Amino acid sequence: MQSSHVFIVLLVLAIAAFVVGRVRVLQLRNAGQSVHSLPFYHGMYFAICTSLLPILVLGLWMVASHYTINSWVTSALPQDILAQSQGDRSLSISMIDSLAEKSNMLSASEIATLRAGGDAATTILTQHNIGLSQNPEAFVIDAALHKTALVQSAAWIISALCLMLAMLGFYYAWRKQSEDLRTRNIVEELFRYVLMAASSIAILTTAGIVLSVLSESIAFFKSVPIASFLFGTVWDPRFSAAGAEASAGQFGLLPLLWGTFFITIVALAVAIPVGLTAAIYMSEYASSKMRGFTKPALEVLAGIPTIVYGFFALTTFGPFLQSAGAKAGLDISPNSVLSAGFVMGVMIIPFVSSLSDDILSAVPNSLREGSYGLGATQSETIKKVVLPAALPGIVGACLLAVSRAVGETMIVVLAAGIAANLTANPFKPVTTITVKIVSQLTGDLEFNSPQTLVAFALGLTLFVFTLGLNVLALHIVRKYREQYE
Amino acid sequence: MDQKLANSMPRILAHDVNIYYGEKHAIKNLSVEIPDRAVSAFIGPSGCGKSTFLRSINRMNDTIASCRMTGEVLLDGKSIYAPDVDVVQLRSHVGMVFQKPNPFPKSIFENVAYGPRIHGLAKNKTDLEEMVVNSLKKASLFEEVKDRLNASGTGLSGGQQQRLCIARAIAVNPEVILMDEPCSALDPIATARIEELIDELKQNYCIIIVTHSMQQAARVSQRTAFFHLGTLVEYGETNDIFTSPKDKRTQDYITGRFG
Repeated sequence: MQSSHVFIVLLVLAIAAFVVGRVRVLQLRNAGQSVHSLPFYHGMYFAICTSLLPILVLGLWMVASHYTINSWVTSALPQDILAQSQGDRSLSISMIDSLAEKSNMLSASEIATLRAGGDAATTILTQHNIGLSQNPEAFVIDAALHKTALVQSAAWIISALCLMLAMLGFYYAWRKQSEDLRTRNIVEELFRYVLMAASSIAILTTAGIVLSVLSESIAFFKSVPIASFLFGTVWDPRFSAAGAEASAGQFGLLPLLWGTFFITIVALAVAIPVGLTAAIYMSEYASSKMRGFTKPALEVLAGIPTIVYGFFALTTFGPFLQSAGAKAGLDISPNSVLSAGFVMGVMIIPFVSSLSDDILSAVPNSLREGSYGLGATQSETIKKVVLPAALPGIVGACLLAVSRAVGETMIVVLAAGIAANLTANPFKPVTTITVKIVSQLTGDLEFNSPQTLVAFALGLTLFVFTLGLNVLALHIVRKYREQYE
Repeated sequence: MDQKLANSMPRILAHDVNIYYGEKHAIKNLSVEIPDRAVSAFIGPSGCGKSTFLRSINRMNDTIASCRMTGEVLLDGKSIYAPDVDVVQLRSHVGMVFQKPNPFPKSIFENVAYGPRIHGLAKNKTDLEEMVVNSLKKASLFEEVKDRLNASGTGLSGGQQQRLCIARAIAVNPEVILMDEPCSALDPIATARIEELIDELKQNYCIIIVTHSMQQAARVSQRTAFFHLGTLVEYGETNDIFTSPKDKRTQDYITGRFG
């Protein structure tokens, strides 16, 4: 029995238990008893008692089974296989896995043919769409069959266990139920745990990502000293043949960090003035009809995939800048900081404008009236009262836009190139941290050389960077919130 | 007293004013004369149009898109709705204090200096400081805040905030001060201080106060106007209104039969 089938059965049982619990308490109520909780809560109580524990057990098994069964299978392998090098052993294990996946469909005679080997065996492999490049050896077939048997019996045991737990739970609820049972409070309590579980999923995922990136980064810093990564001015990872330790390459972070910073600055120089003035227009001047049109229209910008911005920069804006620069006597390369920064700035305009608009609209109208009442014009009011009052919030909005810009990849790949230059010239190509992460991790790679591990160190740097910005932004926004209260 | 008020020229004169919020007819055919150097109180049940009319005297209603108005309001004999009137200039002559204290989220000093700054009233820094101090003194707030002029205006207590708003209004040298329920968000002690202040200010200004409290109207005003359902029912000396009202509705309201 598959786990998903068990899950469906459990759900059906839960629904049935719900109905039973509800009907039973209704009978009590009809008999004239005063019942503490509504029938719905009694139903929920039954459903929870019946299904909660088995579902938890099932979930746990789904997570753990892969590791447990694999370790059983591996430990049962012949000694000479276990003694093989890491690479060879993992090859054998992946052969066992792919065979085990399909072994249900093989008849006994087909397995015998497989054991015999030769062309007939190859035919069977192709017939059943088994992705093995060579005929399996005897120990592989044995292990695959062993694994299949293990998986099947484990599934049966778990299914039986789940059903038994469900029955026990149902019995428990049946015994406990009475007119005085405060099921309403029990369900309420449980609801809190459900909410807690949901929020902890997000937190645990973040923690998991950080830990995995951190452990890979530590592996990287074992081969490259942390100082030469953080303060190195040359980025030259030099992909080398596997195992050739001699050509180490240089992993200087500074050109990438500078590129990221430079492009972000240009992007902000575009996005903040444009976004902020658009926000002022929308919140202070535009009629509600106009606002209803402008705001969604601006937010469409945020919906355009960044790759589309990227080829806009590559095919339209970059060449335009180049020819415009040529006329003005400037040497602008088609991939440049300016091109990437400008297009990225356009991309983050909606972040700045939409958030700032919300913040400006949140400034109480009484402040505006107070200013008008003193004989200030609208623009004086905006400049001297509304904007200063909203400033912390606007700074927060801009910082959120910065973290968006820092994490951006596609625009930079297409518009600024992949050359890691350390230059202050906005007409030259540079590249950013995210772009280098992509280029270090694409293609055929081995995950134990500094050339690939550096991507995790870069990711960690980026994470720390954006986390810092977000914390700063949140802090400022929170400070702003207290201001009118 | 009666004689003196009757002889002085009216500062504000409204003639046949009608105000609409969209479809709603908020003020109906209102005509009134408001004297200088005195406090006039507008009383009446909620939604009777007293605040609406108050806001038409410094054209604050212009900031509400759905608001229309007909008729005339004259300030010192000049129509404030004439096409050549500079609204912004007008509002510096007709200051306003709002129901809820609304200090700007700036320092106490900056709150008061705001008006003089935008109108360029101060020649230099010392001049500006003098104006701020004078306004705070007139609003009887100076003694309480003189050591913390750079502290935030929003950090003051409600009554102090309202006096700060009055100081802010005074700082631009208005001729008329409109007060829209200035004490409704304050406790009795703070209210008493504001009322004292209003009493002092009437030496130099024409003050109009909208209030829900009839006691307050009786205490601070020389003239009282009773509004009901968008019409001005009765207007006259405060004493007369409260002791011998001519209209049945005024009498019912004053004696607490409705409202």
